[in-house]
Amino acid sequence: MTGVPLTTDTSPVPAAAGRRVPALLKSPTGLSGLILICLLAVLSLLSFSNSLPYDPLTQDAPSSLLAPSAQHWFGTDQFGRDVFSRVAAGVANSALIAVVAVAFAAVIGTLGGLVAGFYRGAADSVIGGITNVLFAFPPLLLALALASVFNRNWFTIAVAIAVVYVPIFIRVTRGPVLSLREIDYVRAATSTGQSRVMIMLRHVLPNITSIIIVQVALSLSWAVLTEASLSFLGLGTPPPAPSLGSMIFEARTLVYVAPWTMIAPGVVVVLLVVGLNLLGDGLRDGFDPRNRGKR
Amino acid sequence: MRQTLTHNPLLRRIAAAAGTLLGVAVFVFIMLRAIPGDQITAGLGTEAAALTPAQQAALESYYGLDQPLFIQFFSWLGNLFTGNLGFSSRAQESVLDLTLRSLPVTFELAIFAIVLALLIGVPLGMLAASRPDSPRDGLAQVVSLAGLSVPAFLLATTLLSVFAASWGFNPNGEGFAAFTDNPLLNLQQMLLPAVVLGFGIAAPIIRTTRTAVLEIRSNDFIRTARAKGVPEGRLQARHVLRNALVPIVTMTGLQFGYLLGGAVVVEQIFSIPGIGRQVLLGIQQKEYALVQSTVLVIALTFVIVNLLTDLLYRVIDPRVRAA
Repeated sequence: MTGVPLTTDTSPVPAAAGRRVPALLKSPTGLSGLILICLLAVLSLLSFSNSLPYDPLTQDAPSSLLAPSAQHWFGTDQFGRDVFSRVAAGVANSALIAVVAVAFAAVIGTLGGLVAGFYRGAADSVIGGITNVLFAFPPLLLALALASVFNRNWFTIAVAIAVVYVPIFIRVTRGPVLSLREIDYVRAATSTGQSRVMIMLRHVLPNITSIIIVQVALSLSWAVLTEASLSFLGLGTPPPAPSLGSMIFEARTLVYVAPWTMIAPGVVVVLLVVGLNLLGDGLRDGFDPRNRGKR
Repeated sequence: MRQTLTHNPLLRRIAAAAGTLLGVAVFVFIMLRAIPGDQITAGLGTEAAALTPAQQAALESYYGLDQPLFIQFFSWLGNLFTGNLGFSSRAQESVLDLTLRSLPVTFELAIFAIVLALLIGVPLGMLAASRPDSPRDGLAQVVSLAGLSVPAFLLATTLLSVFAASWGFNPNGEGFAAFTDNPLLNLQQMLLPAVVLGFGIAAPIIRTTRTAVLEIRSNDFIRTARAKGVPEGRLQARHVLRNALVPIVTMTGLQFGYLLGGAVVVEQIFSIPGIGRQVLLGIQQKEYALVQSTVLVIALTFVIVNLLTDLLYRVIDPRVRAA
């Protein structure tokens, strides 16, 4: 759920990313996460390529609240819209917002963490201060407040969520950068007169990629939950755009007559988050040097 | 031993928290200024278009909007310090009064949720650690994955419909009862929301407990205690759990933010008149003064809780006290 997400262990100098990715395929956790995410990715690709069985927005009053059948796999909702198509479009919408939000947060947060950890001094104090201020808000509340300020569309929702996750990326990258800058090969590079920017990008950044990748996977799961919570509260992408959270909200009153309207989006949102969590856990185990002997 | 003010870690921590709060105030102020329009258009809606320039100017000077931004900021900040958090025109009540009524409700909910989460999380985490990679460990992992992955709004909606439909248990259908008025009904009304929030934070507590217990068990002093014949129950309680408390308390404190955020969702679904619902109502009714002050109060609460967590773990862990 959307708590204050912190990776529990940040080993000071992590493994380089490239070599450890295959380990993901060997761990049952990571592999099952990967499979789940691939399945849901196919679902959202169907939506992005307009190849869903029905249009998710077209209303068809005569066929409202039909139970699941061969024509409508997940049944229809109160306006006769196909629930399967709406769920697929909802997953696509959630995925788009989560990916854009986390991409923003990862890029800005990593840059912030790099600068703070590498330059220290005033830059560190300023970035640390901003991080503390953003951490002072409960995550969901900050996203909610920002979403209420903006003119809502999928992009502004993504930005609101991104702001919440920037400080997390700053915090998880800053520590390892601090210890990396004292390591001999980084000092050696400094003594050969390479520019600091080059050193950061060529010698420091590659060594924190594994931390960033794990954090991206976990942040994606929180971003999906945040987006779904916002749209449940009516502060996500405005209707009629299908969103998993607002579908569940609308299904509250229908749950006794047409349980499928709630079960379908509910199960899919849980699977999406479970998949991302498993993927994140699998990646973390794969990158953790302490597991190196085991796999 | 002489300690100067700047070297006292406690005072430094408090000063840092105060600095953060000032930053929070600036952030909230700027955020609410970024809204298209201002208090006037927000308050009047489309009718604002009918204002004559003179009326517009009069209103602007009434709200202080003709002042430079930093003066507006400091007069707002000054008001906050005197307890003036603004006025809610819908509720016809001061935001301070609204907050004084809603904050204790959310606190009660949060404490209830934390107690439930600890009751689920700590035993399950210890059980998982007692035999790693066994079925019981697997069970704990599944529970914690579910806690992390099932959205609060989904669990809340499901529980509400299942309990109301199958067992006719729907205390939240009645008007909210304060604990002081009707403690029995109040606890019934708080039960399901607290279960939802507690389930969400049980997950990190399970994981933290498991990791901490595994780490502590490998220490020499545990082997020594076992060798000198300390009974197993006493060993678990006094030697293992006592040491595992430090990370557990820290994790629980960190989860308070989740509780305050989750409260928005859960209070809305179960009609609990807490601080989360107050923010949401303010947002829905475009009462920005209410939103601004309430968000600030919540951030203040969160910062104070984090500070208290810090202090608490100084009490629990003598090593931190000495440092």
